[in-house]
Amino acid sequence: MRHFYNYFSRPASVFLLLLAMAAPLQAAPSEAVSFETAAAGLASSSYSDRMEAIKTLGALGDPRAPGLLGSMLESRLYRRVSDDRLVDARREGSAYLLSDPSTGESLGEAGSRDIRKIMVNNSLRGAIRAVLSRMDLFSEDLERRRAAVEAATGYPSNEMAGSLVQALANEDDADLKAAMEIALATSRLLSTDAATRLAGLETLSETTSSEVRSMVSRLTETDADGEFYEPDPRVRGVAAGIMANMETRMRMLENVGKLYQGLSLGSVLLIAAVGLAITFGVMGVINMAHGEMIMLGAYSTFVVQELFRDYLPADLFYLYLPVAVPVAFLVTGLVGIALERGIIRFLYGRPLETLLATWGVSLVLQQAVRTVFGAPNRAVENPFWMTGGFELAGVVTLTWNRLVVIAFALAVLAALGLLLRYTALGLQMRAVTQNREMASAMGIKTGRVDYLTFGLGSAIAGVAGVALSQIGNVSPNLGQSYIIDSFMVVVFGGVGSLWGTLTGAMSLGVINKFLEPVAGAVLGKILVLVFIIIFIQRRPRGLFAMSGRAAED
Amino acid sequence: MFSYKKVALLAAGALICVGVAAGSAQAKKDTIKVGVLHSLSGTMAISEVTLKDTVLMMIDDLNSNGGLLGREVEAVVVDPASDWPLFAEKARELVEQKKVDVVFGCWTSVSRKSVLPVFEELNGLLFYPVQYEGEESSRNVFYTGAAPNQQAIPAVEYLMGEEGGSAERWVLLGTDYVYPRTTNKILRAFLRKKGVKQSDIMEEYTPFGHSDWQTIVSRVKKFASEGKRTAVVSTINGDANVPFYKELANQGISAEDIPVIAFSVGEEELSGIDTSNLVGHLASWNYFMSVDSPENEAFIKDWQKFIKNDKRVTNDPMEAHYIGFKMWAQAVRQAGSTDVDAVRQAMYGQEVRSPSGYDVVMNTNHHLSKPVMIGEITSDGQFDIVWQTDETIKADAWSPFIPESAKLTADWSYPWVCGNCVKPKFN
Repeated sequence: MRHFYNYFSRPASVFLLLLAMAAPLQAAPSEAVSFETAAAGLASSSYSDRMEAIKTLGALGDPRAPGLLGSMLESRLYRRVSDDRLVDARREGSAYLLSDPSTGESLGEAGSRDIRKIMVNNSLRGAIRAVLSRMDLFSEDLERRRAAVEAATGYPSNEMAGSLVQALANEDDADLKAAMEIALATSRLLSTDAATRLAGLETLSETTSSEVRSMVSRLTETDADGEFYEPDPRVRGVAAGIMANMETRMRMLENVGKLYQGLSLGSVLLIAAVGLAITFGVMGVINMAHGEMIMLGAYSTFVVQELFRDYLPADLFYLYLPVAVPVAFLVTGLVGIALERGIIRFLYGRPLETLLATWGVSLVLQQAVRTVFGAPNRAVENPFWMTGGFELAGVVTLTWNRLVVIAFALAVLAALGLLLRYTALGLQMRAVTQNREMASAMGIKTGRVDYLTFGLGSAIAGVAGVALSQIGNVSPNLGQSYIIDSFMVVVFGGVGSLWGTLTGAMSLGVINKFLEPVAGAVLGKILVLVFIIIFIQRRPRGLFAMSGRAAED
Repeated sequence: MFSYKKVALLAAGALICVGVAAGSAQAKKDTIKVGVLHSLSGTMAISEVTLKDTVLMMIDDLNSNGGLLGREVEAVVVDPASDWPLFAEKARELVEQKKVDVVFGCWTSVSRKSVLPVFEELNGLLFYPVQYEGEESSRNVFYTGAAPNQQAIPAVEYLMGEEGGSAERWVLLGTDYVYPRTTNKILRAFLRKKGVKQSDIMEEYTPFGHSDWQTIVSRVKKFASEGKRTAVVSTINGDANVPFYKELANQGISAEDIPVIAFSVGEEELSGIDTSNLVGHLASWNYFMSVDSPENEAFIKDWQKFIKNDKRVTNDPMEAHYIGFKMWAQAVRQAGSTDVDAVRQAMYGQEVRSPSGYDVVMNTNHHLSKPVMIGEITSDGQFDIVWQTDETIKADAWSPFIPESAKLTADWSYPWVCGNCVKPKFN
């Protein structure tokens, strides 16, 4: 910039500069802006020049434009320093592979100093997408047309309206035609003619997608100076009516959404707490290292992911998650057994000492992981089948990762229930927890059952870590954020009852999600805790109190 | 058993002897001691360990170039373990017992507030490298991170402009503590001044480590579908960011629909997230790793060599420590002494060519003049710099947008000699 100012300080240079600026100004108004000139504008350092160039390229309709703009959209468009040619560059190690953005013809390699990136930001990307979707409306390929129409709703403009009218005339597919009508109607809301805007509103009265909602409600809003965006009061009235209609229809869906969110939060609480329901619920060990077992499970997932990335072909990568489940189960199960054999078995019947010892273990594990893997977060990628989600009428989004976690949590709980009910180990576990001496007298090796039970609880915590790595972050502190919630769920649900854990987790999740929009996240959490305190005072044994002899000690 | 104990005792004794010997060897009278007060364990270790390593790298570099005033520089590292009261204790230990000449440290505002009385009481010197809420100027602290007018205000102005997408509605999302609350107070005042209506601002806070963002993200989505271009300003701190961004991506919020600009998310935080669905979301800082300058190239090279890992990234607070350390070393040379009062006087006006490619200057309000940059997240976890200031911007210690602060002046030079005065002390 400084150099620039220096230029201005010299009158002669200013004169030269003005001359230079005048030349393109004369050429600009004529329609004869060539593709090359417009394309060169993309490399300008000024934002408005680049925006202008994108719009011009859209208006020219040159067949070379989509490739060029597509490359720019992906941030792969560069200017080659040697000849100012615009090239598509992909990073390959320390060098870049160049190709022509329009034809794909290879242009050899270049170093990072030989090319300059064409900067693109959100606004420019939006403009490019609008231009590309306008071009794609006339594509031969049905899928591309469909995508183009979907995008068109998000980029309403008068040019878009023109293109849509043309595209509608050529379209045969009935569904697509209907979608085009909607897209056209949103663009019509920008028309200068009030009657056209009203006609647009008519068409839109049945839709609730967020883009449409946004466009319609804009008509009822005022700008910073208090002026209405929509000058015609008639149009405003119709828009307000449509908005009120939408509100009622959306309210129902919103409650469905809240319920889903509550169940999703509940399933996270559930999966985090199931392991503790074993170690604390069944065995009575106040296991402060439970959170760290979850954390170890998450790090096992990370390690499996890295191994997949390094040693297996990329198209198998999405399988890393199912493989991580048994790995995490084994790793944390073994750590759990070691913990029980090494420390906890000496402390049975001394809850305070157990609490302190396991808390110490949790600190040791945290710092150990921090030393081995480093303090920063580790990235665990969601496999493709767990990214994204689907929308219900533009109001509620059900995300895949959370749906999978809900199903997974229920599956883990069911498997555990079956194991306790139908296997020999399950029988022995129940026997030992109900009456240790008697079980021992019947020939059950209580020590073995103890470490297997603790190992199982830890292993399930590890499996929870696999699931939670898909939702949150993987860091040495991961466990701390779940330990309190886990205890809360187990105590609230009733110590020793799997049903209690399930109901406790789900009801806490749903209560939380219905409170949060009203009270805010911070106050919502406090209210839930207060609720639990009061509840525990009324029913100290939780929702599902164990009855019989076991409950008495 | 007995012999075991003996061996153990002997070994312990030997260790102590070695330790004492090493200690006394290191404590040669003529080393200059630099205290490093960053959490190496606990929740904040995630960010602060990197800063500890940055200071160690700077010290290494200084020593290999002949040290300072002909003396060797020695690091004294302590671990305040993300525990705020412990920060104060460790700070006292550094200044009083270890007799360090300067301290580089702290991340959270609450840790800084906790050590502030200690440094003021003992006349120590602290370099604080993180962007923060402003509204402070201590005689014993040099703030090398951004004040709100070097980060938050330009970020919002950018998003308001055509280039940033002409946002008219604002969601202010933050973690519930002093930095987000104060920053949002300043931002709200600023937005109101720009004509944004009260109903077009949504402010929302979450607890530390918040992991369930479903409700908030869907509310943001709804808020944004009410007719005006909406942008989210995020002062969400630490671990809560990963689940937040995951939820954003999964609910299909793209940066072109609702851009999210963050003040606490940098390269280091992104290295824990898969960014392919976050392309275009923004951050505002005074430095990005992607800056194209020879200083930055050298900085990155030195860092990756020091940490022996060519995948490690650099970030803004690291750059702030780089600037702070260089300035302190220059000031010590100029003063010819490590005496706190002498160094402080020499600090004013110190200039360093920073990795951001600009000459940054220390002002008499103990804050820097730095450039402001806005970056968009790329698919490889870096930032594309889409906007930057032409010149450096001088930090306001006190925000002009908060009426009671607007009256205050921070200026530690004559005739003010004050961090929060309405009129000069000596006139």
